[in-house]
Amino acid sequence: MSTGDGMGLFLNILVDGAAYGMILFMIAVGLSVTMGLMRVVNLAHGGFALIGGTLAHWAGQDLGLAFPLALAVAMLGTLAIALPLERLVYRRIYGFGELQQVLATIGLTFLIIAAVNLWQGSALLPVPLPESFARPVDLGFRTLPLHRLVVIGSGLAVIAGLWLLLDRSRFGIRLRAAVDNRGTASALGIDTDRIYMVAFGLGALLAALGGILGAELLPIDAYYPLRYMVLFLIVVAVGGLGSIAGSFAAALGLGMIETAARYLAPDLATIAFFAIVILVLALRPQGLMGKVSA
Amino acid sequence: MTRISCAAIAAALTALCGQMAGADTIKVGVIAPFSGPFATYGTQYRNAIEVYVAQHGNKAGEHEIEFVYKDSGGPNPDQVRSIAQELLIRDRVDYLAGFTFTPNALAVAPLIDQSETPTVIFNAATSSINKESKFFLRTSYTMWQVSEPLAQWAFDQGIKTVATTVSDYGPGIDAETAFRAAFEERGGKVVDAIRMPLSTTDFTPFLQRVRDEKPDAVFTFLPGGPPTFTYTKTYNENGLAQEGIRFLGTAETEEVNLQGLGEAAVGLTTAYHYSGAHDSETNRAFTAKLAEMFPGAVANWSSVGAYDGVDLIYHMVETSGSDGPAAIEAALGREWESPRGPLKLDPETRTVAQNVYIREVERDPASGQLVNREKGVIANVGDLGWTR
Repeated sequence: MSTGDGMGLFLNILVDGAAYGMILFMIAVGLSVTMGLMRVVNLAHGGFALIGGTLAHWAGQDLGLAFPLALAVAMLGTLAIALPLERLVYRRIYGFGELQQVLATIGLTFLIIAAVNLWQGSALLPVPLPESFARPVDLGFRTLPLHRLVVIGSGLAVIAGLWLLLDRSRFGIRLRAAVDNRGTASALGIDTDRIYMVAFGLGALLAALGGILGAELLPIDAYYPLRYMVLFLIVVAVGGLGSIAGSFAAALGLGMIETAARYLAPDLATIAFFAIVILVLALRPQGLMGKVSA
Repeated sequence: MTRISCAAIAAALTALCGQMAGADTIKVGVIAPFSGPFATYGTQYRNAIEVYVAQHGNKAGEHEIEFVYKDSGGPNPDQVRSIAQELLIRDRVDYLAGFTFTPNALAVAPLIDQSETPTVIFNAATSSINKESKFFLRTSYTMWQVSEPLAQWAFDQGIKTVATTVSDYGPGIDAETAFRAAFEERGGKVVDAIRMPLSTTDFTPFLQRVRDEKPDAVFTFLPGGPPTFTYTKTYNENGLAQEGIRFLGTAETEEVNLQGLGEAAVGLTTAYHYSGAHDSETNRAFTAKLAEMFPGAVANWSSVGAYDGVDLIYHMVETSGSDGPAAIEAALGREWESPRGPLKLDPETRTVAQNVYIREVERDPASGQLVNREKGVIANVGDLGWTR
């Protein structure tokens, strides 16, 4: 089946768009938690993805651990760096104005970049995946590497897990209460410091997971956070602040549109992508599913 | 004061001046990225220069040579022009070198013309740069120099149809034009010419399209690092290699990021002027010294561009000191042995004529590392883009 025939082309766009969109979702969902839910303009999100990716590279390549172990080491390591940072640095940043938050977190990003550069250099830092991830899976009309299916599965698991956690658990209720009105939440006996810390840790964990699983398309190197910062921000902005479902819809939609443009008019793919982003934000400045602030 | 003491003082002064002329210091300003995402270039240059100095000493003939390093960041023509001005006027450098990006090199053309400063380009690969000033010399390569022999070789190998996929910016378009012109002249057919946006992160759509077109090979040009990583992975994972669609490239498998590409790189075919695994005495001496002085450093094309550039500067200093026009005269037509193979500075294009090697990525059984193994050679290729 060739791209020339309409049905084949349509299926190709659907499959590649979904796979690409899911990678976009995975790398941006952590930011959706910190910036969307906790309302901190966290430009260091990519920094945590870089920490996760670098640790996974180190554990997998230098220590020779199997992928699941390397993944665990990377996630726990990222958490071990993120939690003290939250305690010492972010706790102050929450109270800043938006511009100060931007400056503080971009400064932090530069520190992370310099640290990784010093430790591992500026060349590519590949994350060794299990051999089977590269194996093509036959979908009937074409093949797709298993890796893409793993990412699609993980993306679905993450969004289901987050929905349960944020919409259906006591933690979710408390987090939303603490974000909406910290003083009142605190007065009602909610330990808001702890809630924030857990939520921030969750954001960092998701950043690390996204960095590692997305590394096949957005490979890890020391400049990762700067390279892809705009991409993360677009997904969250188009999705709407505070809405995980919005980020999900935005990532899939943008992934489909860009993939379609690459198939149909490669020269115009980037323009098409940004034109759609501008159009959506012009019509709905609060994003697809963002709440209009009162 | 007597006549005799006057004469003695004059004699002493003359002697002193003579001595100073003998031990004068010639300064070379190196403008390259030493910070930011392209800092690898600066590091590669500096390492290679220091290896050269360690091997040959810091004296060229009568003159001592001193290097002054300046950071250009990325493609930054305005800043590079002012850095060059500062080097020429305040630091009084007699030679300029470096230049990773074409716009940066172009920015200094009027300056070096005015000050008659020989300027050795270590990297920037657009043919037309050298037309902007006769003080430009280039020890790297041009896009045409490697793309055209690749096209001809591919045709001779029985590859009759090719799809080209290049990043949509200057060098990519140069590569596409060069490959296409040479391939079609021979009688080959370019079935599709895809220009991929520079910001592309997912190459699947482009490669899926190529796969469906079933050409004999896919020619590509990508900026090094992340795009090459993703492209080569996608090439393998979408089964283009299995389908027998051969990968043809140039700089994609350069040594610094080669290990990072992993198994996906094995079997990739490229035409290029330097392989870290080039089998010669000069190259072994160079790479061994590099590894000794900078553990973990890897020689790639930018190291060898700088190494040969410095060799050329030493030659010019030795023959002509700080006399710019004479130095250029001395450099033109010079032939020497480089770690990449034999070189000749072509008097017309002022770019080195050199061997272009057809290489295939292999895992070296001894070291376990991926290497660009030379499989064929097209000897003494000049800058083919000069007259196009």
